[in-house]
Amino acid sequence: MAAPIRLKDHERDARVVRSRVWVGVLFVLILVGILFARLYHLQVTQYEHHSTLSENNRVHVLPIPPHRGLIYDRNGKILADNRASFSLTLTRERAGQSWPDLLDEVVAVLELGADDRRLFERRVRQGRRPFEPVPFLFNLSEEQIARIAVNQYRLPGIEVQANLVRHYPFKEHFAHSVGYVGRINEQELKKLDPVAYAGTHHIGKTGIEYFYEDRLHGQVGYEEVETNARGRVMRVLKRTDPQAGVDLHLYMDADLQEVAEQALGGRRGAVVAIEPQTGGILALVSQPGYDPNLFVTGISFKDYAELRDSIDRPLFNRVLRGTYPPGSTIKPMVAIAGLDSGVVTPQNRVFDPGFYKLPNVKHLYRNWNRTGDGWVDMNMAIYRSNDTYFYDLAHKMGIDRLSEYMKAFGLGQRVTVDLAREESEGLVPSRQWKRAVRNQAWYPGETLIAGIGQGYMLATPMQLAQATAVMANRGQWIRPRMVRLLGDQPIDEPETPANVTLKDPKSWDRGIEGMINVLHYPRGTAYRVGSTAAYQIAGKSGTAQVVAIKQGEKYDRNKINERHRDHALFIGFAPADAPRIAVAVMVENGESGSGVAAPVVKKVMDAWLLDAEGKLKAHSGKVEYHPPPPPEEAHGQ
Amino acid sequence: MANNFDRNITREDLMRRRASLLQRMHIDGQLLFILLTIAATGLFVLYSASGKDWGLVIRQAVSFGIGLTGMLIIAQFEPRFMARWVVLAYVGGLVLLGIVLVAGDGAKGAQRWIYIPGVIRFQPSEFMKLIVPMMVASYLGSRALPPRLKHIVVALALAVVPFGMILIQPDLGTSLLIIASGAFVLFMGGLQWRWILSAVAAVVPLAIGMWFFVMRDYQKQRVLTFLDPESDPLGSGWNIIQSKAAIGSGGVYGKGWLQGTQSHLDFLPESHTDFIIAVLGEEFGLVGICLLLFLYLLLVARGMAITYKAQSLFGKLMAGTITLTFFVYVFINIGMVSGLLPVVGVPLPFISYGGTSIVTLLAGFGVMMSIHTHRKWIAQG
Repeated sequence: MAAPIRLKDHERDARVVRSRVWVGVLFVLILVGILFARLYHLQVTQYEHHSTLSENNRVHVLPIPPHRGLIYDRNGKILADNRASFSLTLTRERAGQSWPDLLDEVVAVLELGADDRRLFERRVRQGRRPFEPVPFLFNLSEEQIARIAVNQYRLPGIEVQANLVRHYPFKEHFAHSVGYVGRINEQELKKLDPVAYAGTHHIGKTGIEYFYEDRLHGQVGYEEVETNARGRVMRVLKRTDPQAGVDLHLYMDADLQEVAEQALGGRRGAVVAIEPQTGGILALVSQPGYDPNLFVTGISFKDYAELRDSIDRPLFNRVLRGTYPPGSTIKPMVAIAGLDSGVVTPQNRVFDPGFYKLPNVKHLYRNWNRTGDGWVDMNMAIYRSNDTYFYDLAHKMGIDRLSEYMKAFGLGQRVTVDLAREESEGLVPSRQWKRAVRNQAWYPGETLIAGIGQGYMLATPMQLAQATAVMANRGQWIRPRMVRLLGDQPIDEPETPANVTLKDPKSWDRGIEGMINVLHYPRGTAYRVGSTAAYQIAGKSGTAQVVAIKQGEKYDRNKINERHRDHALFIGFAPADAPRIAVAVMVENGESGSGVAAPVVKKVMDAWLLDAEGKLKAHSGKVEYHPPPPPEEAHGQ
Repeated sequence: MANNFDRNITREDLMRRRASLLQRMHIDGQLLFILLTIAATGLFVLYSASGKDWGLVIRQAVSFGIGLTGMLIIAQFEPRFMARWVVLAYVGGLVLLGIVLVAGDGAKGAQRWIYIPGVIRFQPSEFMKLIVPMMVASYLGSRALPPRLKHIVVALALAVVPFGMILIQPDLGTSLLIIASGAFVLFMGGLQWRWILSAVAAVVPLAIGMWFFVMRDYQKQRVLTFLDPESDPLGSGWNIIQSKAAIGSGGVYGKGWLQGTQSHLDFLPESHTDFIIAVLGEEFGLVGICLLLFLYLLLVARGMAITYKAQSLFGKLMAGTITLTFFVYVFINIGMVSGLLPVVGVPLPFISYGGTSIVTLLAGFGVMMSIHTHRKWIAQG
């Protein structure tokens, strides 16, 4: 049956729509009925309830900030907790239009200055919700609390409030690794979830306090309260508890950290020790440090200016942000690169007259030992730190191949898991880089000095420790990281770049052998340190030039400003046959890698590997530690 | 024959004489009267809700002036003219929505505005609230009713494209209102009940499936907060807690004009925009809200009468859709403020402060007047 042709039938169309008009009217009436029922419920059935709420009292919702997760070292020592502290708050709605005048009163009562007054006003203006008591002065002393109490009658809307504030019991010792929290600033405010941070005034600014902010922060709670006309809480109607943030358990060892700091002996410098198997950061020292507690409640202008302008740069994180020419510390890696790319064999020898000369170039590239070391093979080149051998090797390899190998070890990139934001990338130069950045051609001479870690090449102590750990692991990559457990959960294994795989795995032995000889062969540059060790250390010294020395000029320490003297570097891992710790040390203006930096490395290793009697521990650092339930008072309840 | 001819002429003459000044100006007197009454009520409530801010009330009155003028201008165009040319406006609207997505001006994280500095700043999605149903009505109006599957699909597509473009701005509220207006046209056009029921039946298992198999925990949390704002008293729940207390404390007769405490003590945010009904409820009680609802119902009744009497299919569909959409605004707003519905940001028609909404709504009523006053006299008898 063919479908009938449908003609437009106006009468039928009108009927359809008219029937729908009636359905529509029914639909509207039902919805109006629902609205009426709802309003009747609110205005008649629940009238008493709402009327009480609105006339006698006011309902407020008060956020209850969650307790920030605590931070423990590997032995359960607390590195960051929360302490009760009194602060002064202002509720603008209660103070009325003239709240700025109230601030003047407060400044007068507490005998503060105009600077503080400005700061107070800025802080109060950051308040976000209606009827929010905005804290503007922290860490009140007993006397300040008393003065406010006496004058309370003329300070409506001003209250002393007790709240928990981050506290770092170790002060400056972990400022550069754990980081600190500070007051939420306007920029951060824009990005934050206003509900989650309704009761929170602090946020992680640096270190793992920053990286793990979302885990540490916890979940906000709230209570609905009735307040009287003057804003006093009369009754809690409903309470939802906040959920505390997750506690962090670090790889760090507070004792080892202390040893490392003492080993630097008050000098400016950096120490970083990591576990080669896991990448766990055992100690991270950047000296001088600063007291992070100052930043928590807002540092005064004067204190901040002092820290910022100090010639010792205490705020500068030397481990993560300090970039230095890695100097001779990269020689073992360069040697392995040379073997793997086939430009040299372990037996190849180079004659060192005290300098190296490129054909057709006048410039003499000097060995540090001006008299020369004679015939040098790879092993000797490493333990004597012979520059001439590596000039030759670098020349044969060319800069591009050399750079590829250095990058494979982790130079020129951010390496850590949870401190990456603070890391500098460092620099591994290449032809392409120089063309792109400097718009210049690459000169062969620049390849030579790159071969001994000078010139454009820059690395952070963290990158050096990372590369040392890769060396200790014979190519296996790890990523340095601070946090071992989140609560009781291990963190996800980080993604790592490809492992360094050599055509002949024995090449690793050649490089490591040289590094062992640096400390344990009598002619090794750091034999004096190695000879006293109870176990085998594989290491390498280096110096990072601060100012360039002109051709033909000699490095004369007496002529050079103390701050322009070379930085001393030393990297190493131990025990050489089964590495359990990899260390990188930089001593600012320390001059001698083997003389100044190497003893620091050894002290850190001793503390980690030896027991009280000076014997190698059986399972050093591998004690399975299970976090105890957090002590109640630590949460400051 | 001649006799008949005579009678026709006489009758038409009679009609012409009866056509009053209002009708010649294409104004529907009843509709205009109800609109003016609601507008006056709105200004009255707004004066209290804004904290006796005359400036605000005057600005709102000016918006009414502009809106009414626009309404009268629109009423002069014949419905046939609109049905024919709406496709141009529709395509133009889509282009503007595209421009918004590419180079729109943002506020509060959403790109909704087109902004030519010094010239104009407007929201194309607002304009589409009227154009989309008109486009669908124009399409269905030239087809036979009830619509066949092919026509349903095309009609839905006409609404879904602008819906999607507004949804990703993102503006959930407006996009839902637009898809709803498209659906209302289909409903008025006699969309078969089996289609309506199967659409509803399809949504339920789809939502359940999404909930259990697709959505992550945090997304579920967001949906729950959206559906039950009071579970989030620090965020959107604050408004609801306060507005419920305001309405509830009004009781049957209210606290009296300018006597509301909740709104005047700044407890109630947005008390002069989306949440203005709470002020009305607090100050005039259940009686006040019921009177306002009565006025709205009068408007709906007049709209339905116009739909019933409209001659062209386009006119019927359009008038019915405008009426239903208007009522949905009222329902969503009051439902939201009284804690029945999630908070989506729909203003209360003619009462909430805000020029855009007033002008758009009055433009819709202009279309309605045009439909009613351009009828052929011959068929009126």
